[in-house]
Amino acid sequence: MSARIGVVTFPGSLDDRDALRAIDLMGGRGVPLWHAERDLLGVDGVILPGGFSYGDYLRCGAIAGRAPVMEEVRAFAERGGPVLGICNGFQILCESGLLPGALIRNRSLRFVCRIVHVRVETSATPVTAELLPGELLELPVKHGEGQFVATAADLRAFEDDGRVVFRYAGPHGEADDAADPNGSMHHIAGIRNEAGNVVGLMPHPEHAVDPDVGPTGGQALFASLLSQVLAVA
Amino acid sequence: MTVGAEPLHRSLGLTDDELEMIRTALDRDPDVTELAMFAAMWSEHCSYKSSKVHLRTLPTEGDAVLVGPGQDAGVVDVGDGDAVVFKIESHSHPSAIEPYQGAATGVGGIVRDVVAMGARPVALLDPLMFGPLEEERNRWLLGGVVAGIGGYGNCIGVPTVGGEVRFAAPHSANPTVNVMCVGLAKAEHLVTASSHRPRPGSLMVLYGSSTGRDGIGGVSVLASATLEAGSGASRPSVQIADPFAEKLLIEASLQLVEEDLVEGLQDLGGAGLTCAVSESATRAGLGARLDLDTVPLREEGMEPFEILTSESQERMLAIVEPSKLGRVREVCERWGLPIAVVAELRPGGELEVRHAGATVARVPALSLTEKAPVYERPIQHPRRSGDDPTFAPFDGDLTDALLTVLAAPNVASKRWVFEQYDQLVQGQTVRGPGSDAAVIRVPASMKGLAISVDGNGRYGALDPRAAGAHAVAEAARNVAATGARPLAITNCLNFGNPERPEVMWQFAEAVVGIGEACRALGTPVTGGNVSFYNESEGSAIWPTPVVGVIGLLRDHRLAVPGGFPGPGLAVYLLGTTFAELGGSEFAESVLGTVSGVPPALDLEVERRLHDLLQEAAAGDLLSSAHDCSDGGLAVSLAEAAILGRQGFAVTLADDLPAHLVLFSESASRAVVSIAPEKEGSFRGHAATRGVPFERIGETGGPRAVIEGMVDVPVAELAGVWEGAIPRLLGEAS
Repeated sequence: MSARIGVVTFPGSLDDRDALRAIDLMGGRGVPLWHAERDLLGVDGVILPGGFSYGDYLRCGAIAGRAPVMEEVRAFAERGGPVLGICNGFQILCESGLLPGALIRNRSLRFVCRIVHVRVETSATPVTAELLPGELLELPVKHGEGQFVATAADLRAFEDDGRVVFRYAGPHGEADDAADPNGSMHHIAGIRNEAGNVVGLMPHPEHAVDPDVGPTGGQALFASLLSQVLAVA
Repeated sequence: MTVGAEPLHRSLGLTDDELEMIRTALDRDPDVTELAMFAAMWSEHCSYKSSKVHLRTLPTEGDAVLVGPGQDAGVVDVGDGDAVVFKIESHSHPSAIEPYQGAATGVGGIVRDVVAMGARPVALLDPLMFGPLEEERNRWLLGGVVAGIGGYGNCIGVPTVGGEVRFAAPHSANPTVNVMCVGLAKAEHLVTASSHRPRPGSLMVLYGSSTGRDGIGGVSVLASATLEAGSGASRPSVQIADPFAEKLLIEASLQLVEEDLVEGLQDLGGAGLTCAVSESATRAGLGARLDLDTVPLREEGMEPFEILTSESQERMLAIVEPSKLGRVREVCERWGLPIAVVAELRPGGELEVRHAGATVARVPALSLTEKAPVYERPIQHPRRSGDDPTFAPFDGDLTDALLTVLAAPNVASKRWVFEQYDQLVQGQTVRGPGSDAAVIRVPASMKGLAISVDGNGRYGALDPRAAGAHAVAEAARNVAATGARPLAITNCLNFGNPERPEVMWQFAEAVVGIGEACRALGTPVTGGNVSFYNESEGSAIWPTPVVGVIGLLRDHRLAVPGGFPGPGLAVYLLGTTFAELGGSEFAESVLGTVSGVPPALDLEVERRLHDLLQEAAAGDLLSSAHDCSDGGLAVSLAEAAILGRQGFAVTLADDLPAHLVLFSESASRAVVSIAPEKEGSFRGHAATRGVPFERIGETGGPRAVIEGMVDVPVAELAGVWEGAIPRLLGEAS
């Protein structure tokens, strides 16, 4: 039996097809979900994909955070269902209050598309359960508003509770300014909620599963997610 | 009819002779609405009236061509029922006035052209030319244009996978902004004039954004006249981009095509509704009745001529059989797009326009389209001056010269530019920007499309015929270097004022050069765009023919990289180096002169090189391949080393002075690296194909060594090459 992972398409979602393809490539079954439907079709996990939902015309993710489907996603997350927000999906999770913090314009004030390394900081999430802290993954980033910010108190709490999931790092694992494409606080590339079932990250694991078209750092994340939801189900 | 002291037709950009032609076509005086429609449709931008007689000489037929010039975009067959739709267009004039919106709407327009053929856009490439970055305004233009291309392309989910950025003083006042879009469709789903034949009674359905006053006169005011002092006042003629609406428009349009709901699709671009309706009617061999009261408007009180010529963005026109209208409405509603039935096709060839219950225009559709004027403008060979730099003595340090050429903005890394583009969305990018050619995988197949755009304004300034031929040869060579077979081209011809005989001569020459190269290389022209009037105060841009080539790789996994991938590989130079520094990068950046004649181009030799590169790639014989162009052999070796982070040691023949050996820009050459066990087989292929080859050395080590000429760490070459553009922009770290 394959794990069924839903991918929500909002108006303006762009990497939705890519996420569906990545799930299928990794042996799961991608299930398209539609922003206007209050139905998750019984999926085992949900991905909010990258893109520019509603053109990102208000604030990135702000309108999508209030879409009908998000009520279901919220209820699913509260029941402990795994939810992964990628790029615009991460922004949507922050805007809808499922994750703390915010993503603002890159410090360079420019969009950036490049391949980066991220360092895994915790195994306590569905997407990193099969990885060890300190492992490096090669993933692409492509965003204009990926600078993660939070209050000093929140940041302290994230660090103390192990809620930082990924940090931008150099090829030898050092997290520093040179390795950080957007100037995020503490070089944070991804975080999780307190329960650990909701994860947001700016890099794109769905663009890093097929060796013909890029790096393969996303394979481990999808493999982990798929085996975790099957273990639960 | 007059506006102030000037007759109305002249203020709309029509000549007195053209007014007479309109009177003849109508057999009466046109009224104001009709005059505005003719002015838009007979503008240079829409009618190609100055270029048509020349463009007709280009070869347009070939085995792979499914749709040639004359429709929204050209189409080639890549087998298994897959069709590649592609076209290039300029948006230089609006970008000179308002760089972000100008460039962004340029992307939007060409993407809609591809969608209008029923294809999903899968790649964008942007050839750009600006004035020198030492000037603040040029930095502002570069920043705005790049942000505009990224802002739009990134938001609609089409990867930007290639392009060029070049710099030259004549492009200061008039930057050159070209955008190429490539789309994919199943051949049976293409929406073409021959596959779809609408009948009288079919409806014209306008969907997408509402119509406002933005962009009125875009084609006649901006694109068909030169920019002079105070042109900032033209800013209201620049349209405003809404990429989110475009994304919805793409998805809705492709769903309409997939469900077989449309008999025709047309983008609303230059000349707005007038163009879309008259061209659609002409294509169907019919007339139409257009009711302006049904057009969703953004503001009140718009005059008929404003509604007819508005260039508001993100709109499409579909031709729909009445029985399918209900489903068309449902699809548009799913994507949140307003929709309105604005016209009906009618027998006869008349286009009737209704407004507020009255007929405001009644013109033969053909008179706006196929019967627009065609001019054979006078041409005159300009005088040339300047000595050929090939024969100037040079006794400078050769390593310093290489570093200077690598730091020249034309040659230096454009990472600052392409990092602002999403290169990966859709997940099919095998090779992105910075490669000889981009390679895109055809989804659910092993096939790859190799795509390159090239144009050399320096050659254009010196010999436009050579520039046209070189643009075709270089773009095709880049495609062949990846191992792909070049199939067909599209072109964007960027020139000054065609009413000046010297400019018209440049244009005519460039077209001849393109035609010669296309015939010799077997790559027909499937369409393109002409951008005239790129000049200010009598000073034109360098004549710049830009060529985009599409090539096919049978197996994308065999795409050959440009950089040296490892140590211990044999390095070969393919082709012959002649004493040719005319118009070279070395002459400009080291000697400080743009003069002489561009390199000779033997198209038969060029073709043999392409055949060899494809054959060797198909046999998996090449570890890397990189063409020699700007900066010659030295730059080609240096780039292969930088891209692969791999040193080399080579020895070059000394039958020419050393600086010519290194920097001559002789055509039809490439640098390849080959694993030792494959050298024998490769030599056999090269000998059979009749391509001159020479084993010049091997890869390995941290240094770039050209025996007796250059010896420098690859890291230093990389630092100079990668740091040059950020440094010019004041962002050096």
